Amino acid sequence: MRDDVVVAGVGMHPWGKWGRPFADYGLVAVREALADAGLEWRDVQLVVGAETVRNGYPGYVAGATFAQALGWQGAPVASVYAACASGAAALGIARAHLLAGLCDVALVVGADTTPKGFLAPNAGERRDDPDWLRFRLLGATNPTYFALYARRRMALWGATPEDFALVKVKNARHGLHNPYARYRAEVSAEEVAASPLVADPLRLLDICATSDGAAAVVLTSAAWAAARGVDRPVRLAALSTVTPTFPNPLVEMPHFAGDATLGDAPPVVPFRDAIARAAYEEAGLGPEDLSVAEVYDLSTALELDWYEHIGLCKEGEAERLLRDGDTQLGGRIPVNPSGGLACFGEAVPAQALAQVCELTWQLRGTAGPRQVEGARVGLAVNQGLFGHGSCVIVHR
Amino acid sequence: MAERVERVPAVEGWFRIEPEPALIGRRGRVTGSVFFPPTGVGRNPAAPFEELEEVVLSRRGRVWSWTTNHYPAPPPFPAREPFRPYTVAAVELAAERMVVLGLLAEGVDPADLRVGLEMELDVGVLCRDGGREELIWTWRPVAGAEAEGA
Repeated sequence: MRDDVVVAGVGMHPWGKWGRPFADYGLVAVREALADAGLEWRDVQLVVGAETVRNGYPGYVAGATFAQALGWQGAPVASVYAACASGAAALGIARAHLLAGLCDVALVVGADTTPKGFLAPNAGERRDDPDWLRFRLLGATNPTYFALYARRRMALWGATPEDFALVKVKNARHGLHNPYARYRAEVSAEEVAASPLVADPLRLLDICATSDGAAAVVLTSAAWAAARGVDRPVRLAALSTVTPTFPNPLVEMPHFAGDATLGDAPPVVPFRDAIARAAYEEAGLGPEDLSVAEVYDLSTALELDWYEHIGLCKEGEAERLLRDGDTQLGGRIPVNPSGGLACFGEAVPAQALAQVCELTWQLRGTAGPRQVEGARVGLAVNQGLFGHGSCVIVHR
Repeated sequence: MAERVERVPAVEGWFRIEPEPALIGRRGRVTGSVFFPPTGVGRNPAAPFEELEEVVLSRRGRVWSWTTNHYPAPPPFPAREPFRPYTVAAVELAAERMVVLGLLAEGVDPADLRVGLEMELDVGVLCRDGGREELIWTWRPVAGAEAEGA
């Protein structure tokens, strides 16, 4: 198993609605991550910023924005946008530099300030932009897509709104003691059922909020960590940022159609399966090796889809896994011990990094009341619109 | 004198109204792969630079999934005022085996939808602004259609 890149430090700014510039949040996360790694800002040899596109130029040049705010010290910067997968793409750039020997210490940071309500396309009349067109022509919000997938689950596998609510109940309980979570309260199945329908079958409490938040990760080469006497660090076993293989029959956000499959053999491995598959292959591990997973629960129903995509169970069996308690803390394979997006809401460029923060705490055994006992291998998976896969496997 | 209404497609070249409503796609001359919407280049990696020709897509398909939105989407969606919930249907085209999204046609009760129900392409009004109407493709159940297995 790959052990040449080390997660030396992690840090976050609590998720919420704080109404401040995104860089403020990022700096808090960076300060925590550097302190966690026992490093000074001047030790950093590369800064990679996960971009936020809702904040004008400073967001598009996130790497430079953070580097300047910390005080220029000459380190090269990169900025990367891959929608919800931006954090993983940023980690990928940092890792490649470390593996190539171009640097020994890399700082990766993502932060966002989001408006209230539905995420909307960029401003202006953008008739060549499918993200603009899906709103203009269909009123297809993000929850519209989540709901199409959720109803499909109901039709194919007999999932029920009660199953979806159970995901929320579980994640709310997990996030109860997470100091970085925005929502820290128990939620009952009755409360989910009583919340307003947004895009049926999904209700308000089935769908994640949009939040402000930030996360930062310091990666170092294993040799550098060893030379400094770091004891049993968390290591990056694999990182996947794969794209789909044609034809991808699923209608993915923000598109109007899936790929036609007549005459074109569908890919042997569907896109969402392929995201985790690539990481498993690099790590030389399989789903049976996992102690804990963080999955992208944009909706409660989507969490169930991910159980299958990352191989925790066969297609159509996710509801059983959930009902049996396998994915709750204390179960066979706890999923989203952080509380997931259900407790955080999405802060797009920070999300994949926040997943790695949580896995790092879990593998160090410092996650407190939400600790997964004896966690040794963790997987985080996520997907950004426009075909961005994101999967990270860490081990200790 | 009746008010003159100018009727224009909400998006140019993605669907036709006459002789009967249909979506317009593009087909690769090398691979035969069919794409919707008819924008950009071919997306089959076997021939990424192949020449594309316009093609009329199947007018019928079966419901893959659907959802009714109970809150208005933010702009640029021209939400009706007063707001009424609106339904987006995902329909798998019969011949192409391609799932295409579309608004549910005016007057269709989403409670009548089932996965597998046979649907037909129609054209409806997306929004009205004075004497100008923007038209959009919509999905409507085929009269007397029964759902088939998903």
